[in-house]
Amino acid sequence: MISIIFVSRSLDALRRSVLGRPVLPNGRELTTPTRMTLREQLRKKISAAFYRHGLLCASYPVPIILFTSASILTCCYPLLRLPLPGTGPVEFTTGVRDYNVPFHEPQGDLGERPDWYHGPPVAYIQQVLVKAAVSPWDSSLVPVDVFRSPLGKVFSLLEEIRNHVHTDSSGIRSLEALCLQVTGLFPGLRRMQSVLPEHGCLLVSPGNYWQNQRELFDSDPDLLRTIQKHEPKGLHTSATLRDLLFGVPGKFTGVSHYNRKRVVTYTITVVLSHYDASFLNSLRNRLKQLHPSANCSLRDDHMVHVHFKEEIGIAELIPLVTTYIILFAYIYFSTRKIDMVKSKWGLALAAVVTVLSSLLMSVGLCTLFGLTPTLNGGEIFPYLVVVIGLENVLVLTKSVVSTPVDLEVKLRIAQGLSNESWSIMKNMATELCIILIGYFTLVPAIQEFCLFAVVGLVSDFFLQMFFFTTVLSIDIRRMELADLNRRLPAEAGLLPQKPVPLRTREVPPPPRPSPHTITLQTPAFRNLRLPKRLRVVYFLARTRLAQRIIMVGTVIWIGILVYTDPAGIRTYLAAQVSEQSPLGDHGGGVLPPHLPVAPVFRGGDPTSTLSIHPAPDPTTLPENQSQGHLGPARAGRLPHAPPAGPQITWGADDEEGWRRLSFRHWPSLFSYYNITLAKKYISILPVIPVTIHLNPQEAIDMRHPQDTRHPPPSIPKVSADFQTDLTLYKVAALGLAAGVLLVLLLFCLYRVLCPRNYGQNGVAHGRRRRGDLPCDDYGYSPPVSEISPLLLRGHSMDIECLASDGMLLASCCLAGQIRVWDAQTGDCLTVIPKLGRSISSSGCWEQRDAWDSLSGAAESECADPSNGCDGALEDECYPLRRRSAPSRPPLFTNQPDLTPLIDTNFASLPPSNVSTPPRVGFDFGGLVERAYTEHEPPSTYPSPSSASSSPHSCTLLQRSPSLGDSTGPSTQDSAVGTQGSGDVSSVWALELRGNLIAAGRSSGKLELWDAVEGSLRCSNEDSVSGITALAFLSNRIVAARLNGSLDFFNVEINKPLGLLHRGAPCRGSVPPSPCYSSEDVINCQLTRSVQCAHHKPITVLRAAAGRVVTGSQDHTVRVYRLEDSCCLFTLQGHSGGITAIYIDQTMVLASGGQDGAICLWDVLTGSRVSHVYGHRGDVTSLVCTNSCVISSGLDDLICIWDRSTGIKLYSIQQEVGCGASLGVISESLLVTGGQGCVSFWDLNFGDLLQTVYLSPSGDGQGVRQLLVLDNAAIVCDFGSELSLVYVPSVLEKLD
Amino acid sequence: MTTMSNSDRRQRPGSKESHRCSWGPYISAITNRTTNLFIRGGMLFSVGVFLALVLNLLQVQRNVTLFPPDVISSIFSSAWWVPPCCGTASAVIGLLYPCIDSRLGEPHKFKREWSSVMRCVAVFVGINHASAKVDFANNVQLSLTLAALSIGLWWTFDRSRSGFGLGVSISLLATLATQLLVYNGVFQYTSPDFLYIRSWLPCIFFAGVITMGNIGRQLALYEHSFLQQKTHQD
Repeated sequence: MISIIFVSRSLDALRRSVLGRPVLPNGRELTTPTRMTLREQLRKKISAAFYRHGLLCASYPVPIILFTSASILTCCYPLLRLPLPGTGPVEFTTGVRDYNVPFHEPQGDLGERPDWYHGPPVAYIQQVLVKAAVSPWDSSLVPVDVFRSPLGKVFSLLEEIRNHVHTDSSGIRSLEALCLQVTGLFPGLRRMQSVLPEHGCLLVSPGNYWQNQRELFDSDPDLLRTIQKHEPKGLHTSATLRDLLFGVPGKFTGVSHYNRKRVVTYTITVVLSHYDASFLNSLRNRLKQLHPSANCSLRDDHMVHVHFKEEIGIAELIPLVTTYIILFAYIYFSTRKIDMVKSKWGLALAAVVTVLSSLLMSVGLCTLFGLTPTLNGGEIFPYLVVVIGLENVLVLTKSVVSTPVDLEVKLRIAQGLSNESWSIMKNMATELCIILIGYFTLVPAIQEFCLFAVVGLVSDFFLQMFFFTTVLSIDIRRMELADLNRRLPAEAGLLPQKPVPLRTREVPPPPRPSPHTITLQTPAFRNLRLPKRLRVVYFLARTRLAQRIIMVGTVIWIGILVYTDPAGIRTYLAAQVSEQSPLGDHGGGVLPPHLPVAPVFRGGDPTSTLSIHPAPDPTTLPENQSQGHLGPARAGRLPHAPPAGPQITWGADDEEGWRRLSFRHWPSLFSYYNITLAKKYISILPVIPVTIHLNPQEAIDMRHPQDTRHPPPSIPKVSADFQTDLTLYKVAALGLAAGVLLVLLLFCLYRVLCPRNYGQNGVAHGRRRRGDLPCDDYGYSPPVSEISPLLLRGHSMDIECLASDGMLLASCCLAGQIRVWDAQTGDCLTVIPKLGRSISSSGCWEQRDAWDSLSGAAESECADPSNGCDGALEDECYPLRRRSAPSRPPLFTNQPDLTPLIDTNFASLPPSNVSTPPRVGFDFGGLVERAYTEHEPPSTYPSPSSASSSPHSCTLLQRSPSLGDSTGPSTQDSAVGTQGSGDVSSVWALELRGNLIAAGRSSGKLELWDAVEGSLRCSNEDSVSGITALAFLSNRIVAARLNGSLDFFNVEINKPLGLLHRGAPCRGSVPPSPCYSSEDVINCQLTRSVQCAHHKPITVLRAAAGRVVTGSQDHTVRVYRLEDSCCLFTLQGHSGGITAIYIDQTMVLASGGQDGAICLWDVLTGSRVSHVYGHRGDVTSLVCTNSCVISSGLDDLICIWDRSTGIKLYSIQQEVGCGASLGVISESLLVTGGQGCVSFWDLNFGDLLQTVYLSPSGDGQGVRQLLVLDNAAIVCDFGSELSLVYVPSVLEKLD
Repeated sequence: MTTMSNSDRRQRPGSKESHRCSWGPYISAITNRTTNLFIRGGMLFSVGVFLALVLNLLQVQRNVTLFPPDVISSIFSSAWWVPPCCGTASAVIGLLYPCIDSRLGEPHKFKREWSSVMRCVAVFVGINHASAKVDFANNVQLSLTLAALSIGLWWTFDRSRSGFGLGVSISLLATLATQLLVYNGVFQYTSPDFLYIRSWLPCIFFAGVITMGNIGRQLALYEHSFLQQKTHQD
């Protein structure tokens, strides 16, 4: 009966919650003529606009996304015209003849001139390219002769250049006047000091190795070692000293023992600060005159200006990297907050895409309107992202997610948008203001930044409104679909109302191997309940995403390394680009040395091909030597003569030999003198070719005595070029080996650190069927520990009240029998037979015990509340066991639909049961019998049967967790009708402290029993109103009564003798519970009675931390102080009767009501901390942990809320009728009751850990009450039995 | 339970704090208040040292055009005691802010999230970056711009009067101390432009104080939740 009322209540509540949905803020509200401030009007307008916009976005997601993508692409289109970023040098070529130093100010139309080409260059570079050879080659010559005498020529050339003086009408000019005077090397370059010129003209040549002194050169026994001495050790990537001094790349110099061409090439580099055409011409002519280059056809009419971009050094990179790290941390922390969506990472990606594309759009728009960005994009990018921010996106998500779930997606999006509209607009206005202020700083860089930021903000707003909102709506729709999919099978499985534990339909119920074993539910079922976060972890583990990302990152890193290596691919690319660009193109193809393209020869000299093709055939060597009598000068003049001796040829690549150098060549040369070339340019003048032919005699004359002692090199079969290649291969092989080693090392480390081979056995897709190993996708298997429930049998009827203090356990069944159990062992210590009865009735008890022994299993049947026993049962309700061994499933499946029978008008019902004739000596057997008979045809469910003599108590004191199923009354407010005769009353509330049992009766009588001896210690009968709830704290008892009054009792103990402590119950971590010895005289004194604590019956009473909290039907919660029973607060906030309250030692107070709302209160101030609507129907129980609030409702849903934010983390669908039974064992372990089983959940993830079946037969008696003891045991009632379940793993943890 | 905490750890990598949250058994070892204080101080100290090094590098870049090949040494180009001083100062400030909050009894409620803190740090680095990279016409303009940016930082991320007061007083004190050091010759500005440094120093100090206070408050929030957890466990 009570359950019927509950149903009506809950339906009512449901209806109310549906009707009472918050009014949608549509535009119509605007028309209300109420006077409001401008601000409010604006706010309303904005919110209405956002609402409509949200509707639009959610209605047409695909077109809108297409539209946004199109607009993004359109806005990004101008970006194509921007040059690619890069730091490679840019070139510009002008003619030499009409060259003038460009003006500082760019004037007029520049034509093809680049914008950097103004003002004088940092320096002019004049290179004298020397090619020298000993010719004809003599077999008497040693390999050292190939380069010793040619190098020796550099000193005379240097002399010539230094002393060259040009005289004309304007005066005498020497090199000293024109060259770039350097003052000193950069302080950090000690090792360069001896080599590079430290003062005077910047004139660089190989002679610098010997301080430009011939004597040092002549006395140098080993030239190569001198040259090698200055090379940096290890792998060098930028310009080396050798390159600097020789002016040509190392392998082209020919200074080695293996030089087959026997031509030595080097340059003398003169750096000029002023340009004087006549001086340079005279120098050129002079040198050509001295050393004529016969077949040289190098062009000398172009000069190349090279502009260098800003360099990025490590020092600049560190702050940049720091800002990027901060940026990523920001993104990480932001996206971490996204929750309760279908795909968290998808949304995070959408958010990042929103921000990035808004940045791109802003740059594109700025470019479109002619505002070319001058700022370094990479540097300001993180700041722009931070300024634009992800906040709005997150706020939107949160707001949409927190809208009621039962709404349509469209409406949810619209509501969420309109809720946050005001704050979004406000924030945007604020940011725009700040940026506007920044614009008026009148600093160009800041102004530009601000302009970008404004455009970026606006485009970001646009994208948020269109792109992100739409993505969000799609996501939420997906989530709802997933929800639907999840719920459908569950409900389908439940429709036949099978009492077996819930299983998904496609899986046949597996054979339960043995009683009391732990069985996991189907993984399919479990997977659906996983929280999103855990799924991400699974996903990561499954796809090994982290490893792959690391691999990809390594590849990218290597790529970057290769790209940034100046000698590497980048130079090549730069060369390519400069070749293709009109600026760098000037006829002679500049060929990268390793391109196998046939070169273009200007001279058309067929012999010159030899100089290009490396390594002439070694077999021709003897012939060459034999034919080497031709004069050197004639070698070029006789083109048709067979090649004789070393040929000095001039090819097109000699024209601009500097191109073959590293592009950091010039910057590094200048940086040694602390001159930066960043954002500046240098002009490279056409080279002066110098050809020197030396006699073999000269070479022999210049020999150092040690040279001949040098062993003749065994000419290897490989060419010198190939050798350099070989080093490259070596490096590559070494790198590969190192990489493999690194991977192996990482792998070992990984295996050591993560011994669990997750991912290996988790072959993702195949979801494990039931009966497989209880193992998760990522290899985690819950500890298979022996959890065996301990059945405490003895009660003859359904357990109604449970109380425990950790050591003892008191239970009271519908029959009024109180049993005291040892919570450790499960032994029945005491049986307190018939409360309130005289001892004379003890005979009956023996009879009853006989009954018990007779019909063991069938006993539980009588206790089924749906049989109709629950409503009108009083302590004598004896089941009539006419139906021997009734099958339960039919009972459940034939469960009548109770809703049409609901009739709360109890006053009109006749008190029919009073006149029922007694059977078998008991008063109300007839009632029960009638209940049974009337239930046989299910449609006539006995609604009148519950109309006992105190119907009002039944109607008002409702609290049931289920929708017309097996749940019965629970502890405090179990309303059992008082008997018409009035002399016997039932126990409505039970509390246990120490060895005292406090029992509140329906007659208003408070009794204190000795739990050990089973004797009544004292009783109090001050009031006649039934005690609905009891709280027993230290020596105080608080009793809530049906009439809304609250009584405070004081338990006084007068110890006649030395006090005896009962050992067991007093230890442990329980708050010191009083221990009473049997000799004590216990007196229970009413200290205060708050007559009108509530206007309506008190439904819930909780006490902790010195506070007593009551919840009542009158929608309020009251907080009393325990000491002086003074009312501290009246908490109003619910729109329905209070059904659940939670308070603990840390003064956390939560309350739930019939309206499905959960409120968190601050007990110190009485203010409401948060307020959420969680359930359709009553909130049936509430538990708080440190981080979350767990609630269960009549909708059989257990919801887990974040305590600080009030956001629903996830929910667990319970089996029908078991919603109310839940408890928290530790901070992260939740236990819920099910049909004949209890389930353990990981609270952090909503992951089902274990299910423990309570009875061997496995029939589904719903667990309706669940009590968590302090020693990590749980007690649950299970029909007429109690089940004690220890959780050993939790015990380990607590220890 | 251990497996649970394991999965917890696996699930939230990345932030030290959530790590600390999930070190189930380890919590008991560090619930001691003083230990916690030391941990917080240590973290703040390291953050301060790191920021000092990076920002010093930014400032160095302004004055030196090119770097010798051994660039890394220029990170430590300033006096060795500057980063530790910055670290200590940031630790003190970061501990002082939550302390003052609790003394005044007005807990800081505004934007208490790590993402906001990260944003604050990024803006702080950005202010430094701007002061180092952007060429200003004169020092007055530089000072005004930086002051506006700093106050914008305060308004965006802090908005508490106590924070503002503490920031102003500490930045004034720090500027005074730096000036005293310079006059006594303990410390020298690298830049010959003396006024330049004096013009940005107070603003940078202010922004730094706000930033460190923000970090400190956020850390204290975590400690607070720890203590709650601890009492609950007890």
